[in-house]
Amino acid sequence: MDVNLRVQRYDPAGDRKPYYEEYLLTGQPEGVTVLDALIEVRENVDETLGMRCSCRSSICGSCAMRINGQATLACKTRVSSVAQPDGSVTVEPMGNMPVLKDLVVDFEIFWNKINDIGPWLKTEGPVPEREYIVDNEKMLNLIGTVGCIMCGACVSDCTVLAADPDFLGPAALAKAYRFVGDPRDAHREERLADYVKDGGIWDCTHCYYCVEVCPKGVAPMEWILELRREAEAAGHTNHNGVRHSKVFAESVKEAGWLDEAKLAMESMGSLKEKLSLVPVGLRSLLHGKMPPTGPLHYKRPGADHVKRIFEELEAKE
Amino acid sequence: MKYAFYPGCVAKGGAPELYQSTLAVTKALGIELVELEGAACTGAGVLSERNPELADTLNARTFAMAERHGLPLMNICSTCHGVMCQANARMQKDPAYLERINTHLAPEGLHYSGKTVVKHLLWVLMEDVGIDAIKAKISKPLGDLKAAPFYGCYIVRPSWVLGYDEMPQRKRYLEDLIEALGAESVEYTGKDKCCGFPILTMNRDNSLKMTGTHVLEAQDKGADFMVTPCPLCHLNLDGSQVEASDAVKAHLDMPVLHLPQLVGVALGIEPKALGLHKNMVNTRRLVEQFAKL
Ligand code: SF4
Ligand code: SF4
Ligand code: FES
Repeated sequence: MDVNLRVQRYDPAGDRKPYYEEYLLTGQPEGVTVLDALIEVRENVDETLGMRCSCRSSICGSCAMRINGQATLACKTRVSSVAQPDGSVTVEPMGNMPVLKDLVVDFEIFWNKINDIGPWLKTEGPVPEREYIVDNEKMLNLIGTVGCIMCGACVSDCTVLAADPDFLGPAALAKAYRFVGDPRDAHREERLADYVKDGGIWDCTHCYYCVEVCPKGVAPMEWILELRREAEAAGHTNHNGVRHSKVFAESVKEAGWLDEAKLAMESMGSLKEKLSLVPVGLRSLLHGKMPPTGPLHYKRPGADHVKRIFEELEAKE
Repeated sequence: MKYAFYPGCVAKGGAPELYQSTLAVTKALGIELVELEGAACTGAGVLSERNPELADTLNARTFAMAERHGLPLMNICSTCHGVMCQANARMQKDPAYLERINTHLAPEGLHYSGKTVVKHLLWVLMEDVGIDAIKAKISKPLGDLKAAPFYGCYIVRPSWVLGYDEMPQRKRYLEDLIEALGAESVEYTGKDKCCGFPILTMNRDNSLKMTGTHVLEAQDKGADFMVTPCPLCHLNLDGSQVEASDAVKAHLDMPVLHLPQLVGVALGIEPKALGLHKNMVNTRRLVEQFAKL
């Protein structure tokens, strides 16, 4: 088959800005991967193309890049599955990390974030003579997160990181759960106290991008949500995120549907934050669309059954 | 063509123009709706984060109501849609789980078999009504107007829950619809990103910056307006655009239409009947442009 790669090139040492270069390869095998094609380019067409790879089998995590705009492993992606109707495949470096050259990005940001969550087991008490003995069942919850191969795809495409480089981000927070959920770790409490701070678990916007792009099914967002539950259960409740979640549930429980205005107001912890909502509230009023709130927030038909369902299932929480 | 209609909280609350324009457009297209008045909030991902089984049960209750009518379900919110599809997938995959959930529906005389088909209005338009039937009813092709599509996270991710593997064309429904209505669809990177609304109360700066970035990109790419199938995105893109301007230090002036408002204009429905005067970013100039079509 023919392969038409549109590759973003950029060498900060010489280029004023990134540009695209097209490579047309003919007579490639049907199952050719994007990585195979890039290697073919580098070996036989243009040896100046900068890229990283090693295992070629989705293990080492070094070949992550954006293919048609989304981060993934080049060695796991067949050209035939991503070629556009015109036959082209667009290949770019990952996002949220600076480009060193062409498809190679600087991972320092990635490693600093991993480092920030304390990515090692912190035990207390006497060290056992041999290994720590733990029940199998108590480790099962960690299977998801230990599958991370540190490829950076989730960090590349995280929508919050794009707005705020201080966010700990999906890979580091998934790794954080790997220790919070480990029965051998003795520093659970202080870890949770650390992860609820600004830039931590409550800054995730629930956008599913990391879940979508992770090539190993780690689903970082799901572990961030798990950390939120654990943090709330551990008493870290003085946070807009916790208030938001509780008021949301209470409002649906009482009326069957959401009291939007009350939710916004009561989620805010400080007067200053509450005041920040005034302009948008006024605009709603002016446009004749202030949602029914407080006593005006009527009950939906069957709201009593909604409340009963809440009571039955909250008992299981 | 008949659906059990799930409007969701925002269309009945802070975005009445979405409700209004949905009714106008479905009527014009001959789609019959039976509104599920007693259906509860989907939980919008917030309830399932607290208590997944509780959120799934509320959604099963809604699906059971649709089933009682013998109808597929139509919603008008990307977030409701994604949450419903996820809940449906979990219950369909695990019959024992579904049975356990049904024990909580029984006191109300409801039972969910797992078979309710869930579609967003966008999918109904593209899959059930069809581009050709819509085109046949267009009385005001949108001329050379440029529309920037903005999907909303939950109607695109996770792609495997939303059937994108079997139906990859779903990835371009908004673009295809915009073009079918006669307008030009603006290509920009923000179209499938997050509007930032979910963290508006947790990290307002980031939330506004996210919204501002996408609006600014659409504006820089020459869009006359944006269009979204998600009322929550709309709350941020439209409702918070003034504050988002400050967050990205740029002057933003970008009308944001709900999906049925856009379709309604092309079908020749009066702007007033579509609630365009209720959008927060002034749509006057746009309405004048529509009038000239
Ligand atoms: S779900 Fe959260 S962590 Fe994952 S990409 Fe979105 S904002 Fe980032
Ligand atoms: S969580 Fe997934 S996407 Fe993120 S670094 Fe690990 S393997 Fe890569
Ligand atoms: S080369 Fe190792 S993961 Fe792709």
